[in-house]
Amino acid sequence: MPDRESERFSPWIGFRTLFYKEVLRFWKVGFQTVAAPVLNAVLFLLIFSHVLDRHVTVYGDISYTTFLVPGLIMMSLLQNAFANSSSSLIQSKITGNIIFVLLPPISYREFFTAYVTASVLRGLMVGVGVWLVAAPFVDLPMAHPLWVLMFAVLGGAILGSFGVIAGIWADKFDQLSAFQNFLIMPLTMLSGVFYSIHSLPGLWQSISHVNPFFFMIDGFRYGFFGQSDVSPWLSLAVVGACFVLLSALTLSMLARGYKLRN
Amino acid sequence: MTPAIRIDSVTKHYGAFQALAGVSLEVAQGEFFGLLGPNGAGKTTLISSLAGLTRPSSGTLEVMGHDVVTDYRRARMKFGVVPQELVFDPFFSVRELLRIQSGYFGIARNEEWIDEVLDNLDLLPKANANMRTLSGGMKRRVLVAQALVHRPPVIVLDEPTAGVDVELRQGLWQFIRKLNRDGHTIVLTTHYLEEAETLCGRIAMLKAGKIVALDSTRALLKQFASHSLRVRVTDADAALAVGGVIEDGSWVTFGFDAYADVEQLLARLREAGAGVEEIQIGEPDLERVFVEVMNRA
Repeated sequence: MPDRESERFSPWIGFRTLFYKEVLRFWKVGFQTVAAPVLNAVLFLLIFSHVLDRHVTVYGDISYTTFLVPGLIMMSLLQNAFANSSSSLIQSKITGNIIFVLLPPISYREFFTAYVTASVLRGLMVGVGVWLVAAPFVDLPMAHPLWVLMFAVLGGAILGSFGVIAGIWADKFDQLSAFQNFLIMPLTMLSGVFYSIHSLPGLWQSISHVNPFFFMIDGFRYGFFGQSDVSPWLSLAVVGACFVLLSALTLSMLARGYKLRN
Repeated sequence: MTPAIRIDSVTKHYGAFQALAGVSLEVAQGEFFGLLGPNGAGKTTLISSLAGLTRPSSGTLEVMGHDVVTDYRRARMKFGVVPQELVFDPFFSVRELLRIQSGYFGIARNEEWIDEVLDNLDLLPKANANMRTLSGGMKRRVLVAQALVHRPPVIVLDEPTAGVDVELRQGLWQFIRKLNRDGHTIVLTTHYLEEAETLCGRIAMLKAGKIVALDSTRALLKQFASHSLRVRVTDADAALAVGGVIEDGSWVTFGFDAYADVEQLLARLREAGAGVEEIQIGEPDLERVFVEVMNRA
């Protein structure tokens, strides 16, 4: 009988395959998706450390270059986690091959988890790449490794989830690049990657506190130095809440089939 | 026996536009079924609704007894679609794509069946080629292979031979016929009506989101199309008095139901003074049925 095989379905294999496909997709163009962002971050590091290292110290006696490295790692991680899910989805939508993911019996939860997990993995790979390249030149401490890992994974998951939203919502590459250039880029640049917010005037310090990227980077930095601009518990609460809210929004879009199953 | 496909009072609106206006239909297991209609009739919307790509505004759809919304996992496991558009993922080779597609359907090890499908579709030499390097015909074959990786009992082919050369078309139909003989239910949409006439045992015709004809191919041919008698005559005006239609110059066409009518027609032409110089007899075909049904609806 032709339907004997089709009686069985393993949701785990469905999820695992979609995750594997997403990883293979970015790995096949690894120069563009991993190596280039690492190089980009290292160029930032070279330029800023050369200009500012002798003039600025942070948290007492930490050199500016040492302070900068965790911020650059997190910035690269976040931007690439967003780029992974958003670019994959919009490419699939525009070329039409998204139907190969929509026709199988994969649930919206498995869909979400696979795309977000693959985004986290790409973010982590880029982050580790920046770290490895910087390591020979910077003596970077690691006071609380679990906090580092926690903020890296949560930050990647938030941006991966945001990438799913952007990839589903955008109908063309131009709209997606608006997300990247007018939202993600300014929020990361103004989040304290390049400075401690204590060096900002009062108004700008207050504005920084409504930028969730600030909490992601500050919490991540706490894991390295054991010091941060705000309490790491506050950062964890903000980042955790952002993750829950964005995941709920993404899952709700997927469950309704928004722009995917019309 | 549970029908392979059951569609009950399905409507679909896109704003003010009604793509499906209360479609009800059953396709039995093992059938080779044709879904025909002009562009915009609602064929692809109906197929997309069955596949879960489109959500109907109202009504229910089942595949092998499983509701496509409430029991979507089982319904999709039993359903394979060859889409109309020539879509592909440019990142992967043919074999990688088929492995990935198998995994999406929860099948971890599927090499034996993948090889069999590749072999049947003459794709084995291209198994490790990237999708971007394949010709349009080859990409179409890969789409068929992707629809079959999970051995679905119900297979829908949405205009699978559009823009495909004769050799591939013949090979494809040979393979699809084999699948049908093995027990798979096949639903075909096509604009090549001679294909539908040859392959499909039963046909539904859609117009403006409604089914306007549903019957066996033989019954439709019998009901809507008559044989035609084309006669080249010495005096076309005289032939018109017998009831024919002038096609060009001296050729006049008459419709008839039984071959016995031909003798009478020729006798009447003689009596009317239209000498017969040449005769052609045309069989009823689905194209005439289609035009007739669409004009009446």
